[in-house]
Amino acid sequence: MGMHPNQQAIAPKVQPGFRIRKETIYGYGMAAPAILGFFIFTLGPLLASLYLSFTDYSITNDFRFIGIENFRRLFSGEDSFFYKSLFVTLYYVALAVPVSLLAAFAMALLLKNNVKGKAFFRAVFYLPSIVPVVATSTIFMWLLNPDIGLFNQILEFLHLPTSQWIYDESTVVPTMAFMNVWSVGGTMLIFLAGLESIPDHYYEAVEIDGGGIRHKLTAVTLPMMTPTIFFNLIIGIINGFQSFSEAYIMTEGGPNNASLFYVVYLYREAFTNQRMGAACAIAWVLFAIIMLLSVIVFRSSRSWVYYEGEKS
Amino acid sequence: MTAKHRFGVPRLLLYLLLACGSAAFILPLAWMVRSALMDASQIFIVPPVWVPEPIRFGNFKTALDTVPFGRYLINTMIIVVGNVTGAVLTSALCAYSFSRLRWRGRDFFFGLLMAGMMLPFAVTLIPTFLGWRTVVGPNSYLPLILPAWFGGGAFNIFLIRQFMKTIPKELDEAALVDGAGYFHIFVRVIFPLSKSAVIVVALFQFLGVWNDFLGPLVYVNKESMFTLALGLQQFVGYYTAQWELLMAAATMILIPPILLFVIGQKYFIKGIAVSGIKG
Repeated sequence: MGMHPNQQAIAPKVQPGFRIRKETIYGYGMAAPAILGFFIFTLGPLLASLYLSFTDYSITNDFRFIGIENFRRLFSGEDSFFYKSLFVTLYYVALAVPVSLLAAFAMALLLKNNVKGKAFFRAVFYLPSIVPVVATSTIFMWLLNPDIGLFNQILEFLHLPTSQWIYDESTVVPTMAFMNVWSVGGTMLIFLAGLESIPDHYYEAVEIDGGGIRHKLTAVTLPMMTPTIFFNLIIGIINGFQSFSEAYIMTEGGPNNASLFYVVYLYREAFTNQRMGAACAIAWVLFAIIMLLSVIVFRSSRSWVYYEGEKS
Repeated sequence: MTAKHRFGVPRLLLYLLLACGSAAFILPLAWMVRSALMDASQIFIVPPVWVPEPIRFGNFKTALDTVPFGRYLINTMIIVVGNVTGAVLTSALCAYSFSRLRWRGRDFFFGLLMAGMMLPFAVTLIPTFLGWRTVVGPNSYLPLILPAWFGGGAFNIFLIRQFMKTIPKELDEAALVDGAGYFHIFVRVIFPLSKSAVIVVALFQFLGVWNDFLGPLVYVNKESMFTLALGLQQFVGYYTAQWELLMAAATMILIPPILLFVIGQKYFIKGIAVSGIKG
């Protein structure tokens, strides 16, 4: 700013406050869409959802306040799909998040090496992530077709055992986690940006000390990348828990509810069974789980995330 | 860049890995195009044939004749244009206020918006749906368009704000001295200077709306009002065995995003890099 402290102190006396008030009015006025939007489309629905979760609301009937009945019903296991979907989703997140982060990180590391044709490879890796999810699902249903799909044909050609992929209870979730790797382009680009912001002289220091590739990776790359890994981990968990479209389109939660992702279950309760109140309770449990996991990751981050400029 | 062999990985191995990786990433798309251009009988040959013989463009026409994708394209474009326009205009306006005007409560409200981004969409989905149902009834595009006019999403505001913060403050001050109002400064000075951030937002928003599946699924159930995504999903349900038609339809729906990516590649890469910096 370059403003002299004295100038700042006398400024209000010189100006009768008119400019400042005008700036405030314009400030609120121009931010009004977002502020109103926050109240209308975030806070309002959030509170309404909390309220509805204690009712038996279902579009067609009048509704009553039923206390914690919705939650009791979920946790008591009366609605067996609740624990089923929770398990399916945890299983998916536990597989998909680490696998996707590792794949994205590996791809970013490859591209970081000043390769020729970097822009081309980067585009190829990123491209699948902009394919509409309906198209992705359609393409994979074709690739994963047990009888004539390409994947099984390749496996047969290599004399390896084939798989039922998304059409078998035991393989559907791992298959979807593996499918998810195809769309990690965005994560890869974030890693790449992080890698490219590491100053060269850090690596040079390792070289001078006689360190090799392993030292560069463990002493420079990994510590410097922890904030980016942390960011991608949080986003990955949040998105993983909310996976919906792939399962809804490809398996509708099947076979035998083996891919009943949490949000697919929520959607089914809300829009197929018209149990809106119960669905709100289901949503709040999801909210609590995501918050809890985020807090755990945030807490743990103190011991493994390295921020530059922070004294440790 | 002086250090060429940063990690000292043998070059040959590096390119081998890159080649295998990109082949694996291209494979599903290549397989899709190949299947879309094939005769129904050729598609089932074992072992698989890679190059269609003859190349059949008829599948695209058959797909278009079977499902009114033309209608769905128009529907999708109505939502895209309405939504993206609102998102771009209002997110830039709000970003201007949050980055270049000083007002009491500014940082508080910005923090609120950022916190709201962490909220799972599933939590607000049902009350929002019920609200729209009460206000405009079922089968309306308004729920898919109007929210974008309220700031266009916290992430877009964040992205443009980051960019606007880099524009020298002296520009506003000079304009103020010349007697220009804040709105005038936004329209004439700051918005044009933020062009590249605005393009990033427009591209991402376009993709988001074009690819959106859950939104139309929840708000639209009349077939004549379907979007392309809904149309393709329904098509998958009806014609499970006619893979050449399904692949032709899938190819058509992803041509616009891919064209957009090819044209605006540098904006995509810049935009995503910004989103990571926040971490």
